Amino acid sequence: MAEVNAILATDCGSTTTKAILIEKQSNEYRLIVRGEAPTTVESPFDDVTVGVLNAVREVEELSGRKILSGGGIKVPSENGHGVDLYLSTSSAGGGLQMMVAGVVKTMSAESAQRAALGAGAIIIDVIAVDDGRKDYEKVERIRHLRPDMILMSGGTDGGTIKHLVDIAELLVSADPRPRLGMGVKLPVIYAGNCEAVEAVRATLQDRVDLKVVPNLRPTLDRENLLPAREAIHELFLQHVMQQAPGYSKLMTWTSTGVMSTPNAVGKIIQTIAEREQINVLAVDIGGATTDVFSVFGGVFTRTVSANLGMSYSICNVLAEAGVENIRRWIPYACDEGYLRNELRNKMIRPTTIPQLLRDLYIEQAVAREALRLAFEHHKSLARELKGVQQVRLIGDALSQEATGKTLVKLMDLDMIVGSGGVLSHAPRREQAALMMLDAYQPEGITMLAVDSIFMMPQLGILSTVMPEAAAQVFERDCLIKLGTVIAPTGTAKEGQTACVLDIQGKALEIPYGTIRVLPLDVGERVHVTITPARGLDVGAGKSRPLSAEVEGGVVGLIVDARGRPLCLPAQDDIRIAKILQWMEAFGLKVE
Amino acid sequence: MATAYTPGLKVSPFTTIRKTRRLPLKGQVLVNVGESVSPETVVARAELPGLMQTVRVPEQLGVEPADVPKHLKVSVGDSVEVGTVLAETRSFFNLLRNECRSPIAGTVEMISPVSGHVGIRYKPTPVDVKAYVQGRVVEVIADEGVVVETSGAFIQGIFGVGGERLGEIRVLAESPGQITDVDYIHDDLVGKVVVAGANITGAAIRRAAEIGVSGIVVGGIIDRDLAQYVGYDIGVAITGHEEVNTTLIITEGFGVLRMADRTFGLLKTLEGRLASINGATQIRAGVIRPEIIVPLEDGRLETGGSSSEQMLEIGSKIRIIREPYFGMLGSVKALPPELVEIESGAKVRTLVAQIESGEEVIVPRANVEIIEE
Repeated sequence: MAEVNAILATDCGSTTTKAILIEKQSNEYRLIVRGEAPTTVESPFDDVTVGVLNAVREVEELSGRKILSGGGIKVPSENGHGVDLYLSTSSAGGGLQMMVAGVVKTMSAESAQRAALGAGAIIIDVIAVDDGRKDYEKVERIRHLRPDMILMSGGTDGGTIKHLVDIAELLVSADPRPRLGMGVKLPVIYAGNCEAVEAVRATLQDRVDLKVVPNLRPTLDRENLLPAREAIHELFLQHVMQQAPGYSKLMTWTSTGVMSTPNAVGKIIQTIAEREQINVLAVDIGGATTDVFSVFGGVFTRTVSANLGMSYSICNVLAEAGVENIRRWIPYACDEGYLRNELRNKMIRPTTIPQLLRDLYIEQAVAREALRLAFEHHKSLARELKGVQQVRLIGDALSQEATGKTLVKLMDLDMIVGSGGVLSHAPRREQAALMMLDAYQPEGITMLAVDSIFMMPQLGILSTVMPEAAAQVFERDCLIKLGTVIAPTGTAKEGQTACVLDIQGKALEIPYGTIRVLPLDVGERVHVTITPARGLDVGAGKSRPLSAEVEGGVVGLIVDARGRPLCLPAQDDIRIAKILQWMEAFGLKVE
Repeated sequence: MATAYTPGLKVSPFTTIRKTRRLPLKGQVLVNVGESVSPETVVARAELPGLMQTVRVPEQLGVEPADVPKHLKVSVGDSVEVGTVLAETRSFFNLLRNECRSPIAGTVEMISPVSGHVGIRYKPTPVDVKAYVQGRVVEVIADEGVVVETSGAFIQGIFGVGGERLGEIRVLAESPGQITDVDYIHDDLVGKVVVAGANITGAAIRRAAEIGVSGIVVGGIIDRDLAQYVGYDIGVAITGHEEVNTTLIITEGFGVLRMADRTFGLLKTLEGRLASINGATQIRAGVIRPEIIVPLEDGRLETGGSSSEQMLEIGSKIRIIREPYFGMLGSVKALPPELVEIESGAKVRTLVAQIESGEEVIVPRANVEIIEE
């Protein structure tokens, strides 16, 4: 690749198209400016490139660099005009909506879910032979949902053929049509038993656009998700993007095609986890959906909770979490009727913002529940393979742990990255820190961070071609470290010492049930020895001291001694007093 | 962004309205360009292929899948009725017969060489698309549908439930601030589209649905009343398919909210006219708002652009759509270019509005909508 000095990257979201300009400055890539404009996939424009050009124009105005030429983007640059690389991601038009099918719900169907989610899809339903529904119910569901594509899996290589033919028969029966494009055949990716290919092909005949890839679960103890993921990405570009307005033009402008937004965010998270050798949890909470990404021990998992979000989907958070679970986080007495109408009004006018502090706290209460629910969903899918035979020693026989344990172990987690308006644009960074603490309840020692202006998608696609440049911008301009949190697990009596911190020879007792925020600035590091009280654990075992070097952030060094699991008092006035106390630790006010 | 405010909803006494009437799958268009249509005219028709029922022949007959072909009595493409023998086995000198019969009427579509299953597809179901509004066909979309054009009053609501319905407009509220309770709902409202004021009670909605009122148009509704009416908490704002007797359209929001004078006044002038209404709402990319369309023979055609094209400027008439000034009307006095810190602590683009009381208040630009004049 020729020397790259200027990079333009856009992300076409459902409502806004964001453009960033990155330039090389004294051997280091840095973010220069960011521009945005409304996305234009709907009428009267019906062309995504109009919004891209508008966002790029804002970048031109703010940076003074001329980028556009002849109604498009000038690549490569000449004498400072244009850019050397143009990349784009997209989630406009509802993203990539998929249905997955498998033989056994907790085995092949679950592997298929992981493959589709990892490729950036929204899963609209999971069909399995053993999912408890009658055949006609499944058929009606397939027909009703109209996915962009279907991923079909099941059977280990050499295993069942009959069940796969049964699934194919379901598809034939439903005769589904894709969401976009009338008269277009529905793409179906087959990633099941290699010996059932011909039988499935004979059943499906030419009703669908069938693509066969290697089995995603060739044996019970092995997943092979990459071929299915690549096929999904390829079909996304060939089929879904071609049907979306203006995308065929956009793809001729870009240097590497267009990547789905969540796929790109997954790439940057994986790049960072690998580069730093850390376990990472990242979340992007948007208006309609919440995406959760994790890398634990090198295993990447992504999930998307399609209807958990802060504007369009805010009432779905209400429906799923229940009004009491939202109300418990509000630091004042809030009438249920007022709360419900407030959320409904946000739903119907999703672009409005809270003007009053009390309304901001309502939205932040909803965010805690949306984050919590999406995380629960993530934990249920980020797990070891089910159905694997384990070699057990005599000692293991006593611990009757089932297969399929979650991979998400909070005590091993090194960093949580929060992204999306409610976290990235919280008026105070302390509010973002407290929301993440309440929703995730990190354990042991964990760094909290937020994405400053939500540019992870653009950096994700950049990481596929220039991983070093992406990592530099991520570290310098994207990530805002809020600070390290120290959180003992277990429970103790209110007020008794939860742990003692020894910081450079100075001992500090932290009472159970409280939060303390100590000053420790961005980039500052300090050596600390934490001695938890009896029965509590900070990572070295119950009551055992742990020494570590911890890093500060814009909030500071946080000690969350509220115990795990975190329990809120049931009685309203006591609960509110407690929340106020925790807010006060961060210097947050209510009135 | 210069357009970082919510565009207002359309409330027009006389305008040109175009409705695209499209089939869910390819079919036949039944009308021609230039033809006049009434709301009930079927403009396009398609046949939705029936679902396929799988008959598990080997399991029923107790034979191996590979042996099914020699027992079959039907072939792919054959029409069958309920009880038609699909396959049979004979044993003991042909004296014992075991039969597998079709559970449905339809066409044999598939005989699986692997599983031995026989797939019978139900007869197709006709799908009709009606004109929905009285007007004229101005465009035919080959095999898919038509565009119907009409002139008349057009009012958009902010949220609705229930699908397309027809009815004569009857204004129940004496003022836009009135709360309509069950005492207002009488049997003579069957098939009508009723206009309430700032709110309609849950009991009144239930009564209206019981007697068969076509639709309700109201300023605000209490969230719990809506949940009781549809039978569940609506999670995502994609509506229109609820199984409710009466379509409900709210014009302002949730709570007790005085209907905008302009909307209420226009509905009063339309009393007695036939309205086509639809509660379908989709608040996402490709936003759909509920609507009330009343075709009129004549009127003064509005020439102004749609609200989404209007820019926010000094003097613009606005409505505030979030607390603490929710529902208040005013005009823009200043548009400070710099970011301003509001009570929540956020730094955002704001405007100064003079509200009805004469007071000048600061509100985020995202929290106002322009009122069309």
